[in-house]
Amino acid sequence: MPALLEIEDLEVSLFTRVGVLKAIDGMSLSIDAGETVAIVGESGCGKSLTALAIMGLLPEPPARIIGGNIRLAGRDIATLPEAQMQRVRGREIAMIFQDPMTALNPVLTVGYQLAEGVRRHNPMPRQDAMDKAVELLRRVRIPDAERRLDDYPHQLSGGMNQRVAIAMAIACEPKVLIADEPTTALDVTIQAQIIDLMKDLQASLGMALIIITHDLGVVAEIADRVVVMYAGRKVEEAPVEELFARPLHPYTRGLLGATASALLQRGGRLAEIAGSVPPLSELPPGCAFSNRCNDAFDRCRAQKPRLIAAARGRSVACFAVENEEDRRVAAVGA
Amino acid sequence: MRRILLRRLVQIVPLLLGVIVMNFVLIQLAPGSFLDVMTAEQQISDPAMIEKLRVVYGVDQPAVVQLGKYILSVLQLDFGFSYRQNAPVFDVIVAALPATVILMLASISVAIIVGVTAGVIASVKVNTFWDNLVSIAAVFFFAAPTFWLGIMLTILFSVRLGWLPVGGMRTIGGTHGPVADALDVAHHLLLPALSLGLFYAATYVRVMRASMLEVFRLDFVRTARAKGLSRARVVVVHVLRNAMLPIVTLVGLQLGTVLGGSVVIEAVFSWPGIGSLMLDSVMSRNFPVVLGVLVLSSLVVAVANTAVDLAYLKLDPRIRAR
Amino acid sequence: MAITASYPFIDFARHFVRNRAAVLGLVLLFLLVALALAAPSLFPRNPLRIVGRPEVWPFVNPRFPLGTDSLGRDIASMVAYGARTTLMIGLFASLTATIIGVTVGATAAYRGGWVDEVLMRFTELFQTIPNIIFVLTIVSILGQKIENITIAVGLVTWTPIARLTRAEFLSLRDRDFVQACRAMGMGDLRIVWGEILPNALPPVIVLWSLVVASAILFESAVSFLGLGDPNVASWGGLIGDGRTLIRTAWYICAVPGIVIMLTVLALNLVGDGLNDALNPKLRDR
Repeated sequence: MPALLEIEDLEVSLFTRVGVLKAIDGMSLSIDAGETVAIVGESGCGKSLTALAIMGLLPEPPARIIGGNIRLAGRDIATLPEAQMQRVRGREIAMIFQDPMTALNPVLTVGYQLAEGVRRHNPMPRQDAMDKAVELLRRVRIPDAERRLDDYPHQLSGGMNQRVAIAMAIACEPKVLIADEPTTALDVTIQAQIIDLMKDLQASLGMALIIITHDLGVVAEIADRVVVMYAGRKVEEAPVEELFARPLHPYTRGLLGATASALLQRGGRLAEIAGSVPPLSELPPGCAFSNRCNDAFDRCRAQKPRLIAAARGRSVACFAVENEEDRRVAAVGA
Repeated sequence: MRRILLRRLVQIVPLLLGVIVMNFVLIQLAPGSFLDVMTAEQQISDPAMIEKLRVVYGVDQPAVVQLGKYILSVLQLDFGFSYRQNAPVFDVIVAALPATVILMLASISVAIIVGVTAGVIASVKVNTFWDNLVSIAAVFFFAAPTFWLGIMLTILFSVRLGWLPVGGMRTIGGTHGPVADALDVAHHLLLPALSLGLFYAATYVRVMRASMLEVFRLDFVRTARAKGLSRARVVVVHVLRNAMLPIVTLVGLQLGTVLGGSVVIEAVFSWPGIGSLMLDSVMSRNFPVVLGVLVLSSLVVAVANTAVDLAYLKLDPRIRAR
Repeated sequence: MAITASYPFIDFARHFVRNRAAVLGLVLLFLLVALALAAPSLFPRNPLRIVGRPEVWPFVNPRFPLGTDSLGRDIASMVAYGARTTLMIGLFASLTATIIGVTVGATAAYRGGWVDEVLMRFTELFQTIPNIIFVLTIVSILGQKIENITIAVGLVTWTPIARLTRAEFLSLRDRDFVQACRAMGMGDLRIVWGEILPNALPPVIVLWSLVVASAILFESAVSFLGLGDPNVASWGGLIGDGRTLIRTAWYICAVPGIVIMLTVLALNLVGDGLNDALNPKLRDR
């Protein structure tokens, strides 16, 4: 059975004044109903662009999908004309964004914005939509929901606004919910609440959840599977426990070594990854991580590694890991 | 909301006093005495009348007292008497006010409708042929003097095509009934309102276009699109309402110049408002009316500014909270 | 990588020149100045003298390339001399406005407190009084002379300069280099003149070009209404003269209007160019 959402070899280029930049280079991903996939990577690796590409919301002048396809329940949505894509957005795939304080229209009430989303896909009288809006607000655990309808976004806190955004996203019970750094702009205590809320909603609605984040704590809390991106490519994918237990790609190893908890374990300094991500306009011909990798050798700098299966449900794009696996297999086989 | 209204209205008082004092200073600067100015060319020969005016204006007393008396009489809405129209100055001005207000409102409406629409179109079709066309048209209407534009439009639409009247506010010979009368006025209103309105529309186009382009980049627009709303709805309901705020401020700032502009346009189209009255009074050296117009028109502008501020408050809920 | 210029003026000039519209505006302005300066040599006689038959159309008689007006005066000559009037008004009225505006704005910003409050109310006063009405009042009281018109126009166009100067001063007043000057014991006037003003000037210069444009429009409106100086040739006055002849000789109105429009357009283009060249942040939009 095909997965609910399937991205195959997605390629997105940015047409800028300094040239054509490959922002996403052959990204593949599939996710089923009820699953939670986390996409991690540092800023600029292409994770947000992937989400926008799925939604058909890529900023058109610089960005364009130039290859691959995106299928929702078997149906190709990457090439859908805008009018039809508008019926998919909000109803089948929904998205929430990073900064809740700017995600809502400041001159319209919360109730209006909620009802608007509801009525867009299910035409109904205004009063019914408002009732539904109250119901949604209650569902995302906003106290005193009825009075909140007439509030403006600036009157609510960041956490409340994010709940409203979530309410707007699940209004039509979408099949897929994409959350782009939903907790990054929130206080730590609120973060936990929002993540909890999202877990519950996912369970009750049976949605597929794609969560984009650079916070490994959130990943550990909510994800079933993790995808690691670097400079526009997927470099590792694994079930969450296995990723944390045995990270394969040198970048992933670096990420996990660089989290705050490492401080407690190693009793020393934060392990840092030397160097920095090369800008898209100056990508090396080989592996994009090669300039920072301790295990890099000549082949890494000359050729881009492809994704290979490393174990059941795991894949990784790294020549060093490939060599290691080959050796292991050879040793076992022999 | 009401407290703010009251506060703004109170702020108008010192403004008004300032204008009145300015008036007084100008009178003092004029050749001749205060009395001469207020009765200039009016051919008052009646000694009793002259004596009465002498007392009212405190002509023999120090300047400060004169000022005080002048302020007092103005506050009592006594701006003097105009012998040319044979009526108190205040009445003369108030009679001419509605025509000017109609012209101002019509012009601002034209400016906002044309400016906002063109600005939205230019921003939605940014950097295309339409965008450039709108920009060129905006530059043209901005640089052309309004009175000249009025004359050119008259030549085209009245003289050549005969579609619209050359001037005046109503057709001489009268019309039957209020509806026909309103239509007649509207018919005469079209060219003057266009001449004045297109100039301001040119400014609004630029501001609207820039404002729309800025709002397009804001996060909540992305959220609106993510909800699956149609492009048209996103533009009209979400972007427009936010992008219009600078226009409202601009309208407020320009109210004074719109009134001034209508003065000139009234001269071009023989529109019977404050402008025509002002011109006539300046030509006939009817100073009481000239000065009365100065004070009252300033009052109109101050009140209109307050109205615009209140409108802005209603449109942007973020300011209400403060 | 471009080599950064060591002289900021050259850098600025280079950016300005890249803007073709602004260069066009500058060319138009040069033509205007040239016309104004050449007027006495091109048309040695008084432009207000009747020299031919009235209502001759342009391009008909080579003696009158732009035709004659209702009285038989040479329109081309009046346009040329009108350029002198326009330039004079533009320069002197805007100068008056700039002096008043910069003084008010700088003082308000630098002194702050109640001085600021009073000066801002004062500015608001001049902003509320409708401009044309004020100009007409002054002209009617003081007389229809070009000097009075210049002063009157200056008095109604200074408020945006005051606001801008004040805003610029406010942002510069608390900057480090000003504090350093104060700590050195520099007198207030010297700080204002030598340190703050040169930095606050660029946006004021941009605004100045627009003030010149509005001064020109004001003068043409006053002359159009028949309240200009009768001894001076003026573009607005020409339009006013031609009003009664729009059915038969509408060129009398059209020609000077086009000239005014081109002048205002040129000033706006130059102003935009100056703005772009002085505002590097917005250059790459």
